[in-house]
Order: sequence, then structure tokens, then C-alpha cells
Amino acid sequence: MGCNASTLAKIHNLDELILETGFSSSHICHLYNRFHSLDKDDKGLLNRGDFQNISELAVNPLGDRIINNFFPDGMDLIDFNSFARTLARFRPMEENPKKEPDSPEPINSRTNKLKFAFQLYDQDKDGKISNNELLQVLRMMLGVQVTEEQLDNITDRTIQEADLDGDHAISFKEFKKSLEKMDVENALSIRFL
Amino acid sequence: MHSPVLFQLVVLVTSTFCAVWTADFPGSDASVISEILEPVGIAVESSPSSAPPLHRQYGVDTGKIASAAARAPVITDPMVSPTSPPGNRHRETEPVSFEIVKWNWEHAHGPFLVAVWIMVASLAKILFHLSSKVTTVVPESCLLILLGLGLGGIVLAATNRTEYQLDPKMFFLFLLPPIVLDSGYFMPSRLFFDNIGTILMYAVVGTLWNSSATGLALWGIKQAGLMDEKVDAGLMDFLLFGSLISAVDPVAVLAVFEEVHVNETLFIIVFGESLLNDAVTVVLYKVFNTFVEMGSDKVRAVDYVKGVASFFVVSLGGTVVGLVFAFILALTTRFTKRARIIEPLFVFLLVYLSYLTAEIASLSSILAMTFCGLCCKKYVEANISQKSRTTVKYTMKTMASIAETIIFMFLGISAVDTSMWTWDSALVLFTLVFVFVFRAVGVILQTWVLNRFRLCPLDRIDQVMMSYGGLRGAVAFALVILLDKSKVKAKDYFVATTITVVFFTVMFQGLTIKPLVKWLKVKRSNQHKPTLNEELHERAFDHILAAVEDIAGHHGYHHWRDKWEHFDKKYLSQLLMRKSAYRIKDEIWDVYQKLNIRDAMSFVDQGGHVLSSAKLSLPSLPSRTSFSETSVTNLLRENGSGVCLDLQVIDTVRSGKDKEDTVMHHVLAGNLYKPRKRYQANYSRHFISADEQEWQDREVIQRNMRCRLESFRSTKHSVYQSKGKSRHKKSQKKHRSSDVNGEVPNGKPKRNISWQDTVPVVMTMDSEEEEEDNSEAEKEEDEGITFVARAADEVLLEGKPSSTLGVCQSPFLLPPSPTCAEKELPWKGDQGDLPACVSSETTKIVPIDLQQAWNQSISSLESLPSPPVSEAQQLQRRTVPPARLEERGAPAALARPLQDPRFQFPERATAAGRRSEEDSAECIQQQELRPLMSPDKQPRPGPSTGSAGARWPVQFNRAARVSLLKNLVTASPYKGSGQTDL
Repeated sequence: MGCNASTLAKIHNLDELILETGFSSSHICHLYNRFHSLDKDDKGLLNRGDFQNISELAVNPLGDRIINNFFPDGMDLIDFNSFARTLARFRPMEENPKKEPDSPEPINSRTNKLKFAFQLYDQDKDGKISNNELLQVLRMMLGVQVTEEQLDNITDRTIQEADLDGDHAISFKEFKKSLEKMDVENALSIRFL
Repeated sequence: MHSPVLFQLVVLVTSTFCAVWTADFPGSDASVISEILEPVGIAVESSPSSAPPLHRQYGVDTGKIASAAARAPVITDPMVSPTSPPGNRHRETEPVSFEIVKWNWEHAHGPFLVAVWIMVASLAKILFHLSSKVTTVVPESCLLILLGLGLGGIVLAATNRTEYQLDPKMFFLFLLPPIVLDSGYFMPSRLFFDNIGTILMYAVVGTLWNSSATGLALWGIKQAGLMDEKVDAGLMDFLLFGSLISAVDPVAVLAVFEEVHVNETLFIIVFGESLLNDAVTVVLYKVFNTFVEMGSDKVRAVDYVKGVASFFVVSLGGTVVGLVFAFILALTTRFTKRARIIEPLFVFLLVYLSYLTAEIASLSSILAMTFCGLCCKKYVEANISQKSRTTVKYTMKTMASIAETIIFMFLGISAVDTSMWTWDSALVLFTLVFVFVFRAVGVILQTWVLNRFRLCPLDRIDQVMMSYGGLRGAVAFALVILLDKSKVKAKDYFVATTITVVFFTVMFQGLTIKPLVKWLKVKRSNQHKPTLNEELHERAFDHILAAVEDIAGHHGYHHWRDKWEHFDKKYLSQLLMRKSAYRIKDEIWDVYQKLNIRDAMSFVDQGGHVLSSAKLSLPSLPSRTSFSETSVTNLLRENGSGVCLDLQVIDTVRSGKDKEDTVMHHVLAGNLYKPRKRYQANYSRHFISADEQEWQDREVIQRNMRCRLESFRSTKHSVYQSKGKSRHKKSQKKHRSSDVNGEVPNGKPKRNISWQDTVPVVMTMDSEEEEEDNSEAEKEEDEGITFVARAADEVLLEGKPSSTLGVCQSPFLLPPSPTCAEKELPWKGDQGDLPACVSSETTKIVPIDLQQAWNQSISSLESLPSPPVSEAQQLQRRTVPPARLEERGAPAALARPLQDPRFQFPERATAAGRRSEEDSAECIQQQELRPLMSPDKQPRPGPSTGSAGARWPVQFNRAARVSLLKNLVTASPYKGSGQTDL
């Protein structure tokens, strides 16, 4: 992978990052290379355009949303650490997570994975997926085959299904609850290398 | 395993039975079972059978039958002359005299016996399941083997000569395909492809390891002298034996694992392995068989290379054959729109053809069939109709179940045949040990490797289950029977060992696997119905993962799946799916649809109870409980008019594509309204009258109304009458606080409820204020009515004033207005157009109302100083035509003329009468019109009779919708308040 100490030396707070993300140094190295291949003008930062240049993302219906998720509130540029931290959410969970009560929640925990997905829907960041927000995502994912009316129906139905407190929106708690039977740990994990 | 002739037979579907015909009628009637066995292909080899020459033309079973035909035919049918072969029956049995009844057993004994066998097998299944205790402990496959053993024992005791076994040809051509088809077609494709790497690993590497290790170890035992000297087998023989004994059997695995519900991943891995290892087994078996037949000393290096090449050809070739047939099948079903009835047949035929084609080309037929079923399903299911889908599903399941039953039963029966057994304890024992040990070792080693790559690693328990789930079955048995005794000297030993291994794995491991699962606390499958949220988010997750892989620059599984889905969506689906199907083909949409249908069903099932529970859980959660009441009634009551209209649409739309769409669309649309209505239903819960029968009557009326509304286009009567009725009721308010008026505003949002439930409420609410609250539309409607009514009256009476006539004609020219109103207020239209159903109510109720109103108005008139006699006569005259109209089938016409007097007399007409008693009836009527058009209580510009009237209908058209909407808004408060009051 062309991984060597010199590459790693360029990364700030390497140890901290490894600890936080749980990536091994070879993972980090690989990601760093990837980061730089995305970073066309070598400024050490990625903007949205860099992501949008990934051709596969262009055909991903949720591509833009996912890219936005890489950028914490209001930021237009991210550095490598932030990049790696976001990707770390998709690291598979450890087989036997050590139960330390005072240890912070690992970045790739179920909640964090779900949080990423939730943010995809929740565009206004009010902690709730409103009818309209869900409709937008649905529209992206379903394409033109489904009529607006059908979309509306599905949206209503989905919200009704997940909505527990009757506010006609899905809060993160309800979102989590609606997926409790799903194997999210595996459904939102990628085997990195 | 090669069957060129049978291939043709399948093309001619019907000729499958001919194969059975070739089996002859056995000589003795000592045992029915022995007779039964033969047609199914059992004991064809050695039984004293004869093949009738005529039947041999079908060419089935060429080798064995031909040899058997050399023997003297044994004919026992008393009706058949013993000298003539059965094939020449017609000539030879020329009767001396006419026989009333002729015993023609041999004519149909083949199919008959097959049917009897299937019958026996099915009855056995029923029998087993009579006691749930037994089947929860003992797997069905074990019971079937035991039954087979019992039957075989009986046969053996009875005949003392027959030898039965599972005929390999029959097994591979008829018994195995249904099972493979079923498992391939209903294989959860997503799960399968998610784990394809693991499955392939176990299927290929695992099977290779198992067979070579077992073969070599057995050979080692033999070399060590632990085995009987009589076991005459070399290295190649043991490797051959190892290859056939090491393959995990899909039939056995399926039979056992279906009963223990382990988690999907574990199941798919074991089961997928058992299906996909067929290629390896076939190749190994063939290679070693050839080597044994050649003699191991003649095997050269090039042969090994050929063997390896053969593996790729067989496996990939089988897969390709399956894919090609899947493509053909999907494409075929795209064009079966006009021949729905044979849709299921195509599925079976083409998948079976893929199996047979692979057999002919000596490729892996199981692979071909599995992939054919797996890949075609998505497109086929989208193309074929719902009914065909159900047919395919149940036929497949039935056939697979029967085939499985027969296989296990015959395994048991075959085991009784001791003539081909030669027992060697060392061989059997060591084989058992090696099979088990090497399986476990193989699993552990492979899992160790796999877990480095797998996303969710397989833990210890999974590994134990996988090792323990390596059941051997009928495939191994059929393969060992196929061995050539002259080449493989130790065949008898191998047969005995195979039977023992099969029995041990199926019986012992099958029996113990359930307790083991419980003891190890193996993750069970948590089967829950998919929810829309899960489906939706899962899709989103897939997109996220694909995107993240792209971002991370890691072209992994998700990346390729994403690519494939794109390709599929863009090209394949468009090519293979009907346009209609393609348009609606979407998993999220599918789930939504299923949920809705389920909701509708549960909704119906719950019956009226839905109304009572204030807090409604999602309807998809409760299970179907009971059909408390007739479904249609409930559906109508709960879902209101939307459903009615939907049903109507379903019935009327005939073109297939549109029909599918509309059915779905409307079912969904109908369900959408539900939540709102349910809440409302709650509100009005307390006012539901106890009289169920009355409800139902009303619902029927409503439904009929709505049905009619779709087709009904006659404007005049419906509008007039409906409006007349409402007006008539309005007039009654003061007298007996008619409910119907309140119903008009209330009914719009929730028709059925207001109609049925809110009657009492509305009664109390009915008052002047409500009148005021009524929106313009109401008034306008009334005006329209009055115009019309007047005109009609005039026409009836004199037909004189042309201007008014013109006015009243205008509604006639505007059909949309009534239809619109009717759509919004269906009950309005009904009285007019439904003489059959509605008349029962209207003719009963309305006349009484009218009479009351009439009497009151008359009495009020009488109380007045000078009630015009002419007026009364006039009115009476006017009442006559409606009656006639009613007889003609327009009962609502009744209301129209009468409404005028009612309104007129108490309010204005009396005054008018007072003013000008001497006025002609005509004049009075004209005056009467004015108050109707502009009642005092409803402040609005009163239109003048002439030109103003002409534009009324138009206004009504436009304003009606708006005002109806307003009514929708105004209606609910009334209801709510009424309820709270009560």
C-alpha cells in the first residue's frame, strides 16, 4: 500500500486518531493516501467538489447527502482527521467490546452509525425527521417510477409506523427504535481492507 | 444421469407418464407394495420384469428394460390372453361376447401405482403431524426413513425376493429437481449473495478437503490392515467413495434445518454449501469413477489437469446454463399477459429444462437449476400475476415436499435390501468418524480463514452448528448405487457404509440437532414482518455503504452490488419486465403495498373493535384474529367511500396493466385515509346505534350509491331529487329537527360515519345557526333545485313560460355539476338513482316525512284566513307526477315537487297565498320560487327569476366544490361539539 512511516508522520495527532477511530496504522495510511488522491490541489483539505468528483458518487441517489454528512455543521473544508473520523463510523464493531462504564462510546457504535444515517434525513438538524424531509429522501431514492401521490402515501405511512409520540415526525429515539430488530451493526459496516 | 430421451419427454409434458408405463405388471399379487415400487423405478434391475415391446418405443430406461425384455413376459391379468403381449391388447382381447365390465388393470396400473405411492407418502406426512409432540422432537425425515424401513420390511417378509432401492435415474430426474427448484427459487437472494464468498469457500474448498481427506484416511486405514481383507479397494476407490460420501446433501440439510430455526446467516451458509457443492461432487465423482474404471495405473498427469479443467467447465457451465434459462424464462413471462393461465407452467418447464440441459451436457445440474431459480425470480415475480405467483409457490412447495417425502421413504425401503449390503464394521465405523471429524476440522480451518475477511465473523457456536449440520443424504446414496460393480469391487461395502452414514447423520444428528441448538443457544432467526422503516432505511444504508466505499476508495462488495443494481435497473429490468411491472417495481414500494394489504386485512378482521380502542396500534402489528362480521360491511364502514369507489374501480377497469395499477393504487389510497377516519370513528363511537342490521342496510345503500355514481350520468333527476330531499329535510327542522340536513355538512369528510353514527348528534345540532353555517354551495344547490323544480312543475302543468324553461334547462346541459355534487355527497345522488336499494328507505321514510310536512303545511294553511283551495288542488296535482315518476324508477323525484309546498307554505307561500288568493297557480308558483331562491335566513343576493337564474347553474358548478370544502371544515366542529355535549 505504499505505507511507511513517512506517510504516517505527516498526520497530526496520529496516536489520538488511532485511539479514537480504532483504525490500525495501515488503515490510516491507506485512508491518508486515498485522502490525498481525492485532494486534487494538495491543500490538505477536502471540499465538497473533491467528493463530487468521485464518479461513482454521482450515480448514488443519496450522494450529495452523504457528502454533506462528511462536513460538520457549516464547514466547507475538512481535514484528514475529520475525514477518518467520519469513516471510522463504518468500521465493524469489535467482537467483544470491553465493557468499561466510564469509557466513551466508541465511534463505530450502533448509535453513531445510526446517527450518521439519521443526519441524512434530518436536514434542518432539529433532531426530527419531518414528513417533508422524509419525502425528499424518498424522492431521491425512488426515482421517477413512483408518483408523487405514492410517495406521499409511503411517507405518511412510514412516519405513522415509526412515530411513537404522535408528533408526526421521527425523532432519533424513534428512528433507533424502528430499527431495533435490524442488524445495524453489520448493515452499516464495511470491511476496510 | 444422462437422459436424452427424457429430455424430449419433458418437452412433451404429458409424456412423463409414459416413462411409468414402461414398467410392467409384476407377476404375482403377493404384495401390492412390490407392484407399486416398480413403476416408480424401484428394483427395475433385478426383478423379473418384462418390458412390453410396444411400450419400449418410448425408449425410457433403455438399458435395463431392454435386458429385462429378453426374459419371458409374465402376464397375470386374467382378462389378457397369456400368449399375447400386453401391448397388443386390442387385438388379442377380442371378446367372444360383450363384457359389461372389464378388469383392465394393466391399462393404467403404472400411473395408478405412482399415485398410490404419493398418496401413501402424503398420508404418512399427515399421520406424523397428527401428533405435534412427535414432530417437535423427531424430524420428519427420520420418521419417513423409519416408515420406509417398516414398509420395506413388510415387502421383504411378504415376497422374500424383491429388492428395492431408490433408483438413481428416478432420483436425479424426478425427485431431486423439485427440491432444488424450490430451494433455488425461494432462496433469499440478498442473503445468498451477501454470503456468496463464504458459501463458495465451504462448497468448493470444504468439499474438496472432505472428500480427499476422507478417502485418504480410509485408504490409510486399509493400508494399516485395520479393515477386512475382503474390502477390495485401492486408493482411487477410496477417493471415489470419499467424493460421494463427503458432499453435504441439500435434501437432508433442508429437511432438518427447516425445522430448527437457526439464524439466516447460518442457514444460508449450510444450505448454500449443500447446493453449490454439487459441482465439486459431480466432478470428483466422475473423475475418480473414470480413474477407477481406467485403472489407477493408467492415469496420467494430463488426466488430473483435465479433471481440474472439468471442474471449472462443469461448475461455470452449469451456472451459465442456469442463467441463460433464467433469462429466457424472464423474457417469456414478459409476454404471457394474454395467457395468464400457463404462466406457472413456464416457470416449471424452463427451470426443469435448465436442469435437464445441464444433465445432458453433464454439467452441474443442481447449480444450473439453483441459479436459474435464483436469478429469474425477481423478474418472473414481477411479470406474472398474483394468482400465478400463488400457484407457482404452492405447486413448488407441494412438489418439493412430496419429492422429499418419497426420497426419505425410499431411503428407508432401500436399506432393507440386504443383498447388496456387505457390512464391514471397521469401514463403517471409520467412515463415520472421518466424515464427522474432517467436517469439523474443515469448518474450523475455513472459518478461521474466512473470519479474516468476513464482516460479521462466524463464532464458535456457528462453527459447531456447521460441522454438525453436515448431513449426508440421498444424493450420496444415489451416487453409490450408480457405481459399477464390475469396476468398483467394493461396491457392496460402500453401499452399506453409505446407507449407514446417511442414516446416522439424518437420524442421529437430525434428532440431536434441536436440543443442541437449544443447549448452545444458537442465535435463532427472529422472523418479523418487514416494516416500511426497515426497508426504507436499509435501502438508505446500502446507498451509504456504497458511497462510503467509494469515498474510501475501496471497491468492495457494496460497490459492486451498487454497480449491479444500476445495471439491473437500467437495462436488465427494462428488458425483462413488463412496463407496468417495471414501473412499480421497487422494494420500498412493494413493502408498502404488502403492509397496506395486510393492514386492510387486519382492519377487516378486527371488525368493529377498531372503533372501540381509542389508542390504535399499527394495524400491521396485530395478527389476524377472526372474521367477526362480513368483510365487505366492515371495510365499508371503516374505510368509507374511498374503499367503495376503489372496489368499483377494480371491478370496472378491465385492461390488465391498468387494472394492476389501479388495484394497487386504490388499495393504497384507500388505506391512506384510514387513520383519519379511525380517529373520527372514535369520536362518534358513542353514537353508534345498536341496530346492526340497519347499519348494514345503510352501508349497502351507500355502496350501491357509489357504484352507481361511477356510471350514472343522468343529471336532472339525481340533482333535483337529492337536493330536493335535503331541502325537504331542512324544512322539517322545526318540526322534528331532521337529521339529514346536518348530515350534509357533516357527511362530506366522513360520509359513512356521519350517516350512521352521528345521526343523534346532528339532530341536536340542527338549528338555525347551522343553516347559517352552511356555505354558499348549499344555498346554491338549493337554488338550483328550485329552478329546476319550478321548471319541471311548469312543464308538467302548463309548460308555458319560455324564459323559466330556459333557466331550468340549463342544469340539464351541465352534467358535471350534479356529478360533482354527487361525488362529494354520494348519498344525495343515491335516492334518485337507486330505486332498487334506496327506494326501500326513501319510499318509506321520505313519504312519511313528506306527509308530516305536508300535513303541517296544510294545517298551517288552513289556520290561515283564506287558504286557497286552488292552491291545495294545485299542490295535489303537483304531487301526482312525482308519484308517476317514482313508479318509473326515480323515487327521488318524489321529493322534488313536494319540497316546494313544504317550503312555501309555512314561510312564504302562505303569505303569498294571503296576498293574492286569486292568483293563478302559475303566479303563485312563481312567487313561491323567490323565497326558495333567497330564503331570509341565508343572507345573499337573491337572484331574479329570469336572467339571473340562467347563470346559477354555472355558479353552482364552480362554487360547489369550494363550498363543499368549506363544509368539510365546518362539519367536524359540529360533530365534535355534539359528541362532547352528549
